[in-house]
Amino acid sequence: MKIVVCIKQVPDTTEVKLDPETGTLIRKGVPSIINPDDKRGLEAALQLKDEFGAEVVVLTMGPPQADNALRESFGMGVDQAILLTDRAFAGSDTLATSHTLAAAIRKISPDLIIAGRQAIDGDTAQVGPQIAEHLNLPQVSYVFDLQKEDEKHLIVKRSFEDGSHRLRIKMPCLITTLSEMNTPRYMSVGKIFDAYREKKVEIWNLKDIDIETATLGLAGSPTKVQKSFTKSVKDKGVVYDDVSPKEAAKLIVDKLTEKYIL
Amino acid sequence: MNVKDYKGIFVFIEQRNSIIQKVSIELLGKGRELADELGVELTALFLGENIEDSSIDLIHYGADRVVFLDDEQLSIYTTEPYTQAMTAAIHDYKPEIVLIGATAVGRDLAPRVSARVETGLTADCTKLEIGENSNLWMTRPAFGGNIMATIICTEHRPQMSTVRPGVMKSLVKDTSRSGDIIRLDVQLEKNHLNVEVLEVIKEEKEKINIEDADVLVSGGRGVGSQGNYSILEVLADELKGTVSSSRAAVDSGWVDHDRQVGQTGKTVRPDMYFALGISGAIQHVAGMEESEFIIAVNKDGSAPIFDVSDLGIVGDLHKILPLLVDEVKHQREEQAQLVNA
Repeated sequence: MKIVVCIKQVPDTTEVKLDPETGTLIRKGVPSIINPDDKRGLEAALQLKDEFGAEVVVLTMGPPQADNALRESFGMGVDQAILLTDRAFAGSDTLATSHTLAAAIRKISPDLIIAGRQAIDGDTAQVGPQIAEHLNLPQVSYVFDLQKEDEKHLIVKRSFEDGSHRLRIKMPCLITTLSEMNTPRYMSVGKIFDAYREKKVEIWNLKDIDIETATLGLAGSPTKVQKSFTKSVKDKGVVYDDVSPKEAAKLIVDKLTEKYIL
Repeated sequence: MNVKDYKGIFVFIEQRNSIIQKVSIELLGKGRELADELGVELTALFLGENIEDSSIDLIHYGADRVVFLDDEQLSIYTTEPYTQAMTAAIHDYKPEIVLIGATAVGRDLAPRVSARVETGLTADCTKLEIGENSNLWMTRPAFGGNIMATIICTEHRPQMSTVRPGVMKSLVKDTSRSGDIIRLDVQLEKNHLNVEVLEVIKEEKEKINIEDADVLVSGGRGVGSQGNYSILEVLADELKGTVSSSRAAVDSGWVDHDRQVGQTGKTVRPDMYFALGISGAIQHVAGMEESEFIIAVNKDGSAPIFDVSDLGIVGDLHKILPLLVDEVKHQREEQAQLVNA
């Protein structure tokens, strides 16, 4: 069984702060991490490997610095790591990104593709299903439990707002994983040494994949950022110090309605 | 692709057990506004099984017409039959805009469809407006909500967008409205059993992770006793939120530590944060000041919590809370009547 796990190296958004003077993002010193949902996907693949034996390939598209995320994956126990990087990929939206990743995955020809549900810097949850479409494979997203049934089938649990579905999927297929799925293992000391000394991250450029260039990068992206801005600084709050309890309740309810909480 | 060939707005109507989901009604409200501005028709795309009878409701909530497909393969959501139906609707009717609820279903279906028709999709939009050249401007948060980006899709159609529940506002039901109800002309391919639903599990999900809550009702020393906490729970339930607390309440043994907000507890940024009987020590404020909106009730007008609150009430929470709960319940009942009317 061959498993491809798609991961993304993202800035740890919980560490992102706004500059109170300029209202802009302070990116300096923000640590990069493997996107949390993706890391669960990685763990899920490694658990399948531990239990049944599998070849786990980790794939990321990004700038050369994304090497760090792949080394960490080696530290956790993956067999092969591929960095898909090229200037031609820059400016890709989710559709262009999915075309590029799909082209790389086609070359690997796995039985199972795992992607995290969504990345914490973009929060779109789109790339996984879009890859599945390009590869004409069945998909199940929002997976929080994964079991192998036999050589051809997986049994997964898929989360909804009001419950879940238990599903049987025929491989090859793609799933996207939720954060509550598992607790990712730590890197082992021995593997960390290997990750940096023995293991080699494969670099794939545009020439290494078979893809129509019209579907790539900025030109292949239907969506463009028209503008971006920081949220307006909060207005100073209002304090009422002379209202009856009934008036107070009304003030609060009006605000809840205005904010669509009610 | 000739962008000009695409006209009109489609809203995907999500149903579960044939019950129309609230987010779809909200999107009809927004869709109506955008359609009027563009001078085009608003169509509700309604997919499911045994749904034809409720199609008229969608007209009453703002659609000009309903395009529906009643098929047993659409009874329980799986990706492929829904994608086929939606793709067929897009090919037949060529809408310029398609709006979809950003639910566990919508966020699975929308990207699959966008990839099949090769167009752009913008997730979790908080604002939709018509911009230059009648293009849709889709504004959404990024970077964990730290920045907002306005996205456009000028060369591809339809312009697809998902919107989270509760962001847009539904119209009041108007039973005098009328419109066409048309069956979508497509034969779904038989399911190849690549994905098979074995079991549908219903559950009342308990949220104990206060970091995930959209609404937090937080109590402090001013709550006074463990028994007094029950009314905070009632309020939280009514608002589909979660109870949390300051350190003082945890130290007093009224609340478990996993609900504590602040430096030695958790950092939260819900849409709505209630600070009830919390003075607002710096250690507490550090854990909640990023909340979207903060309502504080405290009997001490000089409490520092009022420096960070958006709406502050100086008063006795024991008197205000019961009235607030009554008023919230009253509002909920009125809304329920609107939806069921």
